[in-house]
Amino acid sequence: MATLSLRNLVKSYGKVEVLHGINLDVADGEFVVFVGPSGCGKSTTLRMIAGLEEISGGEIHIGERLVNNLEPKERDIAMVFQNYAIYPHMSVRKNIGFGLRTSKLSKEAKDKRIDEVAAILGMTDLLERRPNQLSGGQRQRVAIGRAMVRDPAVFLFDEPLSNLDAQLRTQMRLEIKKLHQRVGNTIIFVTHDQVEAMTMADRIVIMKDGYIQQVGTPLEVYHKPANTFVAQFIGAPSMNMLPGKWVGKGVKLGDGLGIDLPERNASEGADVILGIRPDDLVVTGGNGLFSGTVNIVEPLGADTLVYVGVNGHEVIAKASGRKPPKAGDTVKLTAKAGEMHLFDAKSGEALP
Amino acid sequence: MASQDIAVKPSTDALFSGSSRNSRRNMGQFIRWALLFGGGILMIMPIVFMVSTSLKFPFEVYNLNLIPEEPTIENYTYVLEDGRFYRWFVNSLVISIITTASAVFFDALVGYALCKFKFPGRYLVFIAILSTLMIPTEMLVIPWYLMSKSFGWLDTYWGIMFPGVMTAFGTFLMKQFFETVPDDFLEAARIDGLNEFQIWWQVAMPLVRPALAALAIFVFLGNWTAFIWPLIVTNSVEMYTLPVGLSSFGDEVDVAWELIMTGAAISTLPTLVVFLIFQRFIIRGVVMAGLKG
Repeated sequence: MATLSLRNLVKSYGKVEVLHGINLDVADGEFVVFVGPSGCGKSTTLRMIAGLEEISGGEIHIGERLVNNLEPKERDIAMVFQNYAIYPHMSVRKNIGFGLRTSKLSKEAKDKRIDEVAAILGMTDLLERRPNQLSGGQRQRVAIGRAMVRDPAVFLFDEPLSNLDAQLRTQMRLEIKKLHQRVGNTIIFVTHDQVEAMTMADRIVIMKDGYIQQVGTPLEVYHKPANTFVAQFIGAPSMNMLPGKWVGKGVKLGDGLGIDLPERNASEGADVILGIRPDDLVVTGGNGLFSGTVNIVEPLGADTLVYVGVNGHEVIAKASGRKPPKAGDTVKLTAKAGEMHLFDAKSGEALP
Repeated sequence: MASQDIAVKPSTDALFSGSSRNSRRNMGQFIRWALLFGGGILMIMPIVFMVSTSLKFPFEVYNLNLIPEEPTIENYTYVLEDGRFYRWFVNSLVISIITTASAVFFDALVGYALCKFKFPGRYLVFIAILSTLMIPTEMLVIPWYLMSKSFGWLDTYWGIMFPGVMTAFGTFLMKQFFETVPDDFLEAARIDGLNEFQIWWQVAMPLVRPALAALAIFVFLGNWTAFIWPLIVTNSVEMYTLPVGLSSFGDEVDVAWELIMTGAAISTLPTLVVFLIFQRFIIRGVVMAGLKG
């Protein structure tokens, strides 16, 4: 187990800079998830930590050691790859034990360690099988086992659940989280799936275009997004964004509708964006903030998502799962002032 | 009932067009079979003729009948009792095995490096290697001979083997196959502490086993049947390979075709065995190289 520090980490390919000075401190035993769209630099950052990509600038510390110039094997890390990267010509036992080949442990000690890891992962009965005799989830477990067997300071996961079907992904998500609670190693986990990030992380690092947009706990990034990108990336469906102006003590939307908000750090007349999560925008029978016509209804069981046209904008709101409105109905929508977010229209930054 | 009858009865038009479609299909199949049969006959005739001649007496050799009038196995007894034949057989075997092992090792090594390492000029190196495929052996024989003469390799095993210890075709084949090995495998091994040679040997090589088998067979067969270069570089009868040795049967005025054919028939057996054992690898290797090329 160890801490991890990234200091002004830069990555360039020729003249093109793809990572622009990443700074991050990861505590010992922390589960940190890097999340962002394709090309945001999350996998590149992970590969730089692993030593698979050269560092163009900045420093990486694992524990107290500066590891910039160390080979991957010298960094005391283990990595689980998206396509598992388990060797098809070796049995599960050999695959899990592969990382111990260069270890100075005796054969008995190595076998004992492999058996321990297999027991933790529930794979004791599968040790003599070949990878082609395993299911997707079992293969993923072998890949995790191979990483675990060396008891590394830091675990690196590069989108390890992307190749699994939805049900198995949920199951493996839970297993990895349990595993972390059990072994307590520092984990850096890369994914483009915000649900994975929310459900697994102690802290989430949201990236875009080679910059960190926000670092925080899942609840922080959900309830206090730093900017419009984070607000829309985290949470499904995305946050509703309504453009307007800051007038007096509230937002005046494009259609002239005024919505009062608590004091915000916005100047009079400034262009702003009002953000409301679909979960917080509720179809009501009483007085509402907005009224509009239902375009589409998406029943989810417990709740129903309704797409409502409000003066030229389409917003997503939540309705009862039992008695949802129908397409074409006119509905009223309401939200509490404390659940609304305000952003600067130009910079996209949150206005607290 | 009437309506049912109408419903199940096919229209005459449909019946006719279906029948003509069937006959067209049958005709197409017949042509395909005929072409394949013709091709098969063309391929097998030299072998049949070789075996047939090996069972003939010298007086019947120039009689082109396929079934000998007086079949004999005397030629086989003669060839197998001739000590030179064993020597040539061993020469061919040693040369083919060493060259095959060397070519497979170095072709895979170079193919891997060209595929997986990003270094300046790697495309240039690859194209340079590929371009040698366009030079016919007949043209290379002269520089090979001059080299052999300068280094004192004439009439030695090394002299016969050196042009084949690494092949451009094998390098190309292996490079294409290594493209199919995901980098994640190699990176996982790198993180697990293997050095670059170990990664190649322990991880990448087992993953391209079909290609290695296919290449091994190609190279073995190529060396086993090589004629021009061994003929030029060897002087003494003891250093002859099997094809060169067989061609020497006979004297200034007469060629002993029945003995040559007998030796050829015997020398075909090892290649036949190798091919039958590994043919599935060859087919898979060629198919995969084609797909990925």
